[in-house]
Amino acid sequence: MLNRTAENVARATPEPLARKVRGISDKGLAWLFISPTILLLLAINIFPLFWAIYLSFTNFRANRPNEVVKNLGFANYQRILADQDIWIAMQTTAHFVFWTILLQTLIGFTLAWLIDRKFRGHAFWTTIILVPMMLSPAVVGNFWRFLYEPQIGLFAYAISFITRIPPTDIQMLSNVSLAPWSIIIVDTWMWTPYVMLICLAGLRSIPEYIYEAAEVDRASNWRQFWSITLPMALPFIMLAVLFRGIENFKMFDMVNLLTGGGPGSTTEVASITLKRQAFESWRTGYSSAFAIILFVAVFGLANIYVKALNKVKQR
Amino acid sequence: MSLTTAHSVVAPSANSKRIAGTIIVLYALISIVPLLWIFATSFKTPPDSIAYPPKVVFQPSIEGYCNLFTTRTRQTPEYINSLGPATGFCDETSRKRNMVIAGPSNFLPRFINSLIIAFGSTFCAVFLGTLSAYGFSRFKVPLADDLLFFILSTRFMPPIAVAIPIYLMYRELGLSDTALGMILLYTAVNVSLAVWLLKGFIDEIPREYEEAAMIDGYTRLQAFWRTVLPQATTGIAATAIFCLIFAWNEYAFAALLTSGTAQTAPPFIPTIIGEGGQDWPAVAAGTTIFLVPILVFTILLRKQLLRGITFGAVRK
Repeated sequence: MLNRTAENVARATPEPLARKVRGISDKGLAWLFISPTILLLLAINIFPLFWAIYLSFTNFRANRPNEVVKNLGFANYQRILADQDIWIAMQTTAHFVFWTILLQTLIGFTLAWLIDRKFRGHAFWTTIILVPMMLSPAVVGNFWRFLYEPQIGLFAYAISFITRIPPTDIQMLSNVSLAPWSIIIVDTWMWTPYVMLICLAGLRSIPEYIYEAAEVDRASNWRQFWSITLPMALPFIMLAVLFRGIENFKMFDMVNLLTGGGPGSTTEVASITLKRQAFESWRTGYSSAFAIILFVAVFGLANIYVKALNKVKQR
Repeated sequence: MSLTTAHSVVAPSANSKRIAGTIIVLYALISIVPLLWIFATSFKTPPDSIAYPPKVVFQPSIEGYCNLFTTRTRQTPEYINSLGPATGFCDETSRKRNMVIAGPSNFLPRFINSLIIAFGSTFCAVFLGTLSAYGFSRFKVPLADDLLFFILSTRFMPPIAVAIPIYLMYRELGLSDTALGMILLYTAVNVSLAVWLLKGFIDEIPREYEEAAMIDGYTRLQAFWRTVLPQATTGIAATAIFCLIFAWNEYAFAALLTSGTAQTAPPFIPTIIGEGGQDWPAVAAGTTIFLVPILVFTILLRKQLLRGITFGAVRK
């Protein structure tokens, strides 16, 4: 009796072979589903990448398309690595990335740690804090120029109100030593919520029983923080740092609208240099070589970092 | 003596909650000030917007919105007096400043470009992304991990680096400054996010549903259409909103690859100038109109936000 039921079920169930006859095979369907995406990426991302690699070995200029293109070999790369301005731009980028990540991680983690107390209304205030990161960095960055205006700007006014420095002296965007901080402030304002959100997920992933066990062992709050909270949230903090690091290394829109790289070249991060070389000086070959160097740098650094992240996760 | 409810030994004390709450509320209020200031400035008159000290209390006016949607020319008082009575509020305020409305500004066409390009590219990215994500989730694809990493790695490129060859390619193909070119480009950028996010969502749908459907005689394609898609709706909607926000906010490609007919709002808004500098109320008005949809979406999305911003790496 039981055997016969099993037989019937077996007969009713289509064999994988029978499935192939009706419609498309699984393998065919898999490729049918995946290939459009791959083709699009090949056309819009990979083909241009190879074109850029080719151009990086030439003296091609996009504003003179009819000129004879000469093959320069590695000359562009050699010139970039010897170019003082490029190294200054890399330093500016490093300064920007270092301080934004440091501030965002410190403030973001602290905020997450406080929100995790689950006080009344924490969900509402968390949503309010998250708003700046969803907005367009270009459109909002542009408006910060107004807030930074000496005298009439709200930021300058607030700072002079607190510090009693005359508001006309607070030249955030045109003072050489303040301008790098003006972009760090806006970036930190915008992206601290991002780090906060990821840290919050990390803190919430720590099971309560670990704290209960620590409490039974009479571990102090300080001790609990350093030996439970921080190590267990570390993979999340590192993930947030990875995402912010890549994004800020590529930073263009906000800086371009706030300072445009100025005054002089004090806030000229790598992307701004690239834009000036490629779309203002029209040194297409040279800037392609710089683009390739940047790509290899991000890719290499991110790979090393991901390996470190995986090690921390496995601990 | 007060009644205490039983609670875990590790729950934060009432005092620590109060301190935490105060700091968070303070931070939230300070961080929202720039946005409130944008909103307030959009309702100021140009003289009010540049007053010192900055005006918190002011007579609201829609002059900023008038200036955003129109272009005006300066005229002599005699000429203005010779015109008929003013039609509408905008006409009246501009005449008070010795100006006459010359015609509509470029803001509306730029805003419509933003809508077309953002929605077009989102639709394409989510369509391609759903198919690929299903493929990667359910079938044994050779080199699947490498392909997925390849899809993601296209995001490591600085946008300017991508823009150089794209600029040349579009010039050859006649796609420069066209909505189609921008849609293709944004689709390519967003599809990596869509694949990664949607693969996570589809992985969570049990395979048993499709298998049951196929036992009932559905083909694989029908099973995908009738059982997987309906269950992935939340994931698809969340992914679509993330793609939409990216395309809506994007500036670098738009600034370098469009200049006129296909220009979107982000590169346009900073170029709104009045007489003698930036017309801040008009800029603020444009910014406000531009930001409102994103605010709505952020509130709709708050539960999926974490997943979206980490490419699905962190799920709750």
